[in-house]
Amino acid sequence: MTTPAAVEARHLTRVLPGAVPVTLVLDVELSVMPGEFAVITGPSGSGKSSLLYLLGLLDRPSEGWVLIEGRPTADLSSDDMAALRLEKLGFVFQFHFLLPEFTALGNVLIPMRRRGTLPEPAMRARAAALLDGLGLAEHRDKRPDQLSGGQRQRVAIARALANDPAILLADEPTGNLDTASARTVFETFRALAHDQGRTVLTVTHDSTLAAMADRRITLVDGRLSRGA
Amino acid sequence: MPLILSIALSHLAHRRRQTLVSILGVALGVSFFIGMSSMMRGFQQDFVARVIDTQPHVLIRDEYRRPPRQPAEIAHPSAAVGLSGLEPRDEPRGLRDARAILDAIAAMPGVAAAPTLSGQVLLRFGARDVSVGMTGIEPSRERLVSKLADDLIAGRLDDLSSAANGIILGEGVADKAGAALGDMVTATSPAGVAMRMKVVGIFSTGITAIDNFETYALLKKAQILQDRPDTINRIRLKLADIERADEVARRIETRFGWRTESWQEASKNVLGIFVIQNGIMYSTVSAILIVACFGIFNVISTVVFEKVRDIAILKSIGFAERDVRRIFVLEGLAVGVAGTACGFLLGYGMVEFMASLEFEIEGFVRSQGFVLDRSPWAYVTAGGAATASATLAAWLPARRAAKLHPVDIVRGGG
Repeated sequence: MTTPAAVEARHLTRVLPGAVPVTLVLDVELSVMPGEFAVITGPSGSGKSSLLYLLGLLDRPSEGWVLIEGRPTADLSSDDMAALRLEKLGFVFQFHFLLPEFTALGNVLIPMRRRGTLPEPAMRARAAALLDGLGLAEHRDKRPDQLSGGQRQRVAIARALANDPAILLADEPTGNLDTASARTVFETFRALAHDQGRTVLTVTHDSTLAAMADRRITLVDGRLSRGA
Repeated sequence: MPLILSIALSHLAHRRRQTLVSILGVALGVSFFIGMSSMMRGFQQDFVARVIDTQPHVLIRDEYRRPPRQPAEIAHPSAAVGLSGLEPRDEPRGLRDARAILDAIAAMPGVAAAPTLSGQVLLRFGARDVSVGMTGIEPSRERLVSKLADDLIAGRLDDLSSAANGIILGEGVADKAGAALGDMVTATSPAGVAMRMKVVGIFSTGITAIDNFETYALLKKAQILQDRPDTINRIRLKLADIERADEVARRIETRFGWRTESWQEASKNVLGIFVIQNGIMYSTVSAILIVACFGIFNVISTVVFEKVRDIAILKSIGFAERDVRRIFVLEGLAVGVAGTACGFLLGYGMVEFMASLEFEIEGFVRSQGFVLDRSPWAYVTAGGAATASATLAAWLPARRAAKLHPVDIVRGGG
């Protein structure tokens, strides 16, 4: 193996401490290659989202570790993890989480402004191009409450792509969408992986959509199951 | 506009009404501080200025600060000596070494001195008796140490010398006695000497205690009236630099032994009241600011509670804890700055309004309307305190926002 995996998990375990400790993820070994479109499926409560948050550096494992592009992350401070998320990772959630006071364009600009590597006109051009690419050209200046559910989710995808991340992580991104919109989102993901070489890792419980991915990772009770 | 600021302002715009109420709270605190302190400081500075103008900067009295040590105490310095039934020696009173003192003062640069004899007399005019203090002065020297000549509202200081037995009355004394310029009053001293005196002047300093109880006569006449020929019991000093009063007083007292008071010591009671007054004012005004800060705390806590999703997404995008904290602290700062700006306008208006009021007050001092201090001091202090406390009030909810764990909020499916 010459190129390192985009995301790699080693013995990844997450236990919620408490009077009765709850095991969310148990001893997961996993690597996802650049340009791969993978889905994580499994029954509800199987730890799909928890695994995704661990891989996306939103949560810290109880045991084991996560490597992003071959780089270990266990020793990073929370600020370093935030910086790595800003640079390498893009998130899409079941709920769009757009900032209601900002327009579609304004929302897409937020990660770029936070990172601050591009001059303002270049950021605006890039944000506009991302929205156009997702079929939202005429909705740039609308606020989230003026958009449909599918449009909001696409704005959220554009925002996740704002800093050109190598890895896109999605947690039930189609959970609140109708079938047609959900298909469009998955087609977009596939194009992002195959045409742009990004790694796309999405959690879903919809097996029809899961079939569109290159690879299917199934979790049962927090463990990997070598199924489909 | 920086990203963090635009997010902060969008939150405040979202909670417009609560934000405006908080801004108003801060504005009220700031404006009251400006108004009250302008009034208080104005009054206090005016009082001190009048005291400095009318009272001697340093006063030497024919008294000792401590009773003289007894021979038994001197003989046994380390023993516990108890003396009872002592009768003080009946010494002739007065500054016996006045010449030497005046010579010594003449050698000090920037210090002018006037010898006087002060004592109680009873003024009788018609059927009225008024007990007053009489200060015997030499007009030529008096001009060097007091503004008496300027304070005269009737008559002239020089008429003291030209009239046979001239007396100058304080405005309040003249009112109480019912005497006017040119009237003849009878002055009787505790020594039993009586003298017919002609009112040659009436003065008004604005300080009630002086105007209602003081009178002036020629030093020689006062000495005759008090039956204390060639005696003076007070030396009044005027300094070019009033801040040196304490030091000059200490030097003279150490050298000559007589009780010597600076104007600060003489006005200690009133200056002490000012300290208490300021304490009351500042705590009242602080209370307003504290209430305003609770308002700010409330708005920002509400915003944090409402915006947990936004906070979660910002953190997942890659905002660090300090970025999130900064957003909410900035909200407090924005309310503080906006409130301070409104407070400056309101406070300025309040001061100008008070300045336009005209009425008579007679307390320590007599004046028409408020004497107001318009220095930038109050603005700087109030603005600084308001901005700092607004930021502090935002700090607690901001810290909570920064600590929010995004996973708890974004969790979608199993």
